[in-house]
Amino acid sequence: MTETRKIRVLIAKPGLDGHDRGAKVVARALRDAGFEVIYTGLRQTPEQIAETALQEDVDVVGLSILSGAHMRLFPEIMQLLKEREMADVLVIAGGIIPEDDFEPLKKLGIKEIFGPGTPTGEIVDFIRKHTK
Amino acid sequence: MAPDTTELVKHVLKGNRRAAARLMTLTESLSPEAHAAIKQLYPYTGKAHIIGITGPPGSGKSTLVDKLIEKYRSHNLSVGVVAVDPSSPFTGGALLGDRIRMNRFASDHDVFIRSMGSRGHLGGLAWATMDVVHILDAMGKDIIMVETVGAGQAEVDIVQLAETVVLLSVPGLGDDIQTIKAGIMEIGNIFAINKADLDGADRRFVELQSALSLGQEGDGWEPPILKVVATTGEGIEDLVKAIQDHHEYLVESEEIVKNRERRCYAQLETIIERSFIRKLLMDPDERTLFDKLVAEVDQRKTDPYTAAERLILHLIKTPKK
Amino acid sequence: MGTKEKQSVSQTKRDWENNTLKETLDKSPERRERFITTSSRPIARIYTPIDIADFNYEEHLGFPGQYPYTRGVYPTMYRGRLWTMRMFSGFGTAEQTNTRFRYLLEQGQTGLSVAFHLPTIQGYDSDDPMSKGEIGVCGVAVDSLADMEILFSHIPLNKVTTSMTINAPAAVLLCFYIAAAEKQGVSSTQIGGTIQNDILKEYQAQKTWIFPPDPSMRIITDILQFCTKKVPRWNTISISGYHIREAGATAVQEVAFTLANGLAYVQAGVDAGLKVDDFAPRLSFFFDSHLDLFEEIAKFRVARRVWAREIQDRFKAKNPRSYLLRFHTQTAGVSLTAQQPENNIVRTTIEALAAILGGTQSLHTNSMDEAWALPTEKAATIALRTQQILAHESGVANTIDPLGGSYFIEALTNEMEEETYRYFDRIEKLGGVVEAIKKGFFQREISDSAFRFQREIEEKERIIVGVNEYVTDDQLEIPVLKIDPEVERTQLARLQKTRKTRNNQKVDQLLGQLQRAAEGTDNLLPHILAAVREYATVGEICNALRDVYGEYQEPIIF
Ligand SMILES: Nc1nc2c(ncn2[C@@H]2O[C@H](COP(=O)(O)OP(=O)(O)O)[C@@H](O)[C@H]2O)c(=O)[nH]1
Ligand SMILES: [Mg+2]
Repeated sequence: MTETRKIRVLIAKPGLDGHDRGAKVVARALRDAGFEVIYTGLRQTPEQIAETALQEDVDVVGLSILSGAHMRLFPEIMQLLKEREMADVLVIAGGIIPEDDFEPLKKLGIKEIFGPGTPTGEIVDFIRKHTK
Repeated sequence: MAPDTTELVKHVLKGNRRAAARLMTLTESLSPEAHAAIKQLYPYTGKAHIIGITGPPGSGKSTLVDKLIEKYRSHNLSVGVVAVDPSSPFTGGALLGDRIRMNRFASDHDVFIRSMGSRGHLGGLAWATMDVVHILDAMGKDIIMVETVGAGQAEVDIVQLAETVVLLSVPGLGDDIQTIKAGIMEIGNIFAINKADLDGADRRFVELQSALSLGQEGDGWEPPILKVVATTGEGIEDLVKAIQDHHEYLVESEEIVKNRERRCYAQLETIIERSFIRKLLMDPDERTLFDKLVAEVDQRKTDPYTAAERLILHLIKTPKK
Repeated sequence: MGTKEKQSVSQTKRDWENNTLKETLDKSPERRERFITTSSRPIARIYTPIDIADFNYEEHLGFPGQYPYTRGVYPTMYRGRLWTMRMFSGFGTAEQTNTRFRYLLEQGQTGLSVAFHLPTIQGYDSDDPMSKGEIGVCGVAVDSLADMEILFSHIPLNKVTTSMTINAPAAVLLCFYIAAAEKQGVSSTQIGGTIQNDILKEYQAQKTWIFPPDPSMRIITDILQFCTKKVPRWNTISISGYHIREAGATAVQEVAFTLANGLAYVQAGVDAGLKVDDFAPRLSFFFDSHLDLFEEIAKFRVARRVWAREIQDRFKAKNPRSYLLRFHTQTAGVSLTAQQPENNIVRTTIEALAAILGGTQSLHTNSMDEAWALPTEKAATIALRTQQILAHESGVANTIDPLGGSYFIEALTNEMEEETYRYFDRIEKLGGVVEAIKKGFFQREISDSAFRFQREIEEKERIIVGVNEYVTDDQLEIPVLKIDPEVERTQLARLQKTRKTRNNQKVDQLLGQLQRAAEGTDNLLPHILAAVREYATVGEICNALRDVYGEYQEPIIF
């Protein structure tokens, strides 16, 4: 009855867009892979996302954004996570993110950016591989 | 790589949110380190008012909790919330969405919200919910609200945990009249008819009233029935007052002692059960005997009662290594 | 078809199945066990007269421009006039968009189309904390009448028509437009255009709502009432299936939910005391066109037929113009792939063909990169050329509803119509569209379809070229959207200036009046217009209403 540590994932939607199709498909796929998935709902501020990640003590934060505001919002989220001693949490992103932004985002500590059409299985594998 | 639990405990007692969150994760894995930490924390618990919020799925529990947080915060009380959602029995995964309703408090550091998957435990809570409540209590939260899974029938765990249980129902077709008949009524200290903005709230009120008068003992606490609209906040003031009244009643009538003892009894019972079973399943020797007895029961070489007695005797007699 | 003939065809079909077909199947089975459409609908091996046994030409099809309009809403369709090739544009500040508009008008275009940035769409001002990073990004930033005046400066609003993609704050933006026209000396009876104003699909799919459904519906009936009297040339609602489909719905879900929404608006208008024939002709539709050619064509035919019937039967409309389901179509953004992006040109061609064969009134063809960025000029031109080739070279516009009478198309049309009515029943049982929204019905249906679609791709029951088959390394480089920080600065400065120079006392007083109207039953539009004329901002007006109505909390559906 001692359980193996369960992977907990926060799926967060910063930005003002309402496109949650991708976030929800991923959330369901992660649930089916046996993870505990906490979904924030739409239009969350960086502060709300970081604090939720802290209180829920998640292993993974998945950010989904399609509004184009990622270069403004992601650095803020990463900073707020750091302030909460959560720099070691695995942060991944998806949505519409231009390739040119990949490098600066990865420098911030975002481990992977999944483009449109990524099979959900690939995301599951990535998370398994990068969490202990 | 066990984290230093003593260190964690120290931080939790100072109200550190990160430490509390990490300790909660540990307790969810039911690890011995976590139990060691709870042992250290336990003396600092018992101060919070623990309120259970239960009722069918979609009855508005999370929405109501959100409004209650607002009220308690306006009285400058700090709040902890534990919201339990069902885990899939097949994959163990879970989608935890309760806190969406409470997002506006995400950046209020005097509110701590934690979502839990039920992880195979029936009864409306998770195994570790009790421990998570202890942690919130030790952190110094004044009010702790526990939102149950909401699967209906078997949600009796909440009485083992909460001092005051608010049972939600909604107007509409008679499906939760069934729950009333099933005796779940007995767990509520306060009955809230949510979605009173919808048709049928008055009818539900009368139904509840007559169902309640049947089971009434005469003196003591008479569970009030309140109409609320969680989406707009209508009736929340009265609900907060009823919760407060119940608490005062417990204190004044010294029911609180009985209430606490009953809850400690149940908690102890749960832990003993769990520890026994865990020992059986985890310890290789015990496990061998257990499996052997299962086979014997199956082959009718023995019966389940005799087998259980033998196991318990064996467990008691085996000296600790 | 007579009974005898039916029996004969059935007999021949059985013989064929038992002999000719069986021999082949014994030797080599079919490629798959199940053949499905884009919407996961199983498709039969072959369709014959048996599949449309009850087919009645006059009743089911009739003639174009006549009830039930299955074959088209106009008697000559594209032989008279081709569909409108409307391409959408909008970006940056009001100044930049104005320059673009004036260029387009000089080129002979008469209709303008505005996309607003997300803060405006959500009813936030540019200086709201929620607007961080979003200013001027996905469309033009409009906070107050001051921006609107710049957006349309030197554009005669009595001569052009403007389509505004705006929903939750549609009443506010309409008032901005009216007030901007007034400044030009143009009265509200002279202006023409469209607001999307379709809030129901926001709750179901697009999710840029502000207020809860009930007050939102009241605002919409206020708009209907106001426009019927004061802005008679305005198209009041563009009832949109597009976003429902893009969120993952099937073709039937798209048509059923959209029509259900449309009927809910008509009902609301009638309940508010309007005559159906006074406002129904001003309603139009906006659909998606996906890749499954025949299913899409059938969808458009179902839409026309059901709408005409329901408007006639349910609402007893007398004016034939009320029956017409006129629609704009956009090809499916979700069908575009970032892998091997040039393939998207082919996808869009098929989708455009479906829209044309389905009888659309206007069409937007996506550029191959459109799902990820503002299209490059070259990509946008190819997209437009695609329509022109279909119009002038392919021959598909030469005759009306060329697929009418096809066993497959007619069977599919009937089947999808039945399923539409089945959805109507389910929605009715839940208490109507608004109640079904509160219960999460549409959201769950759409989410389930989206999830199933994804699973079919991952399990390769569905092949997407370049994605799960025929894969190469060729990936679309999503270009960086260069947002000039100047856009944000200009916008914030203008907003600040507006707040300083206007009569703030007056504004507060008018906002207070608006709130009292919102608490009561007064039509909100005159109050919004009054506040707008004094330069109240979209955020201030929406916040005043938020205080009264609250914000919508969506049911949690995965
Ligand atoms: N009409 C009405 N709807 C409510 C009320 N309270 C909650 N709801 C809605 O009921 C749905 C379920 O609420 P939620 O709090 O998630 O329920 P839970 O599953 O019991 O936690 C949501 O769509 C709420 O907006 C109420 O008082 N009146
Ligand atoms: Mg809940």
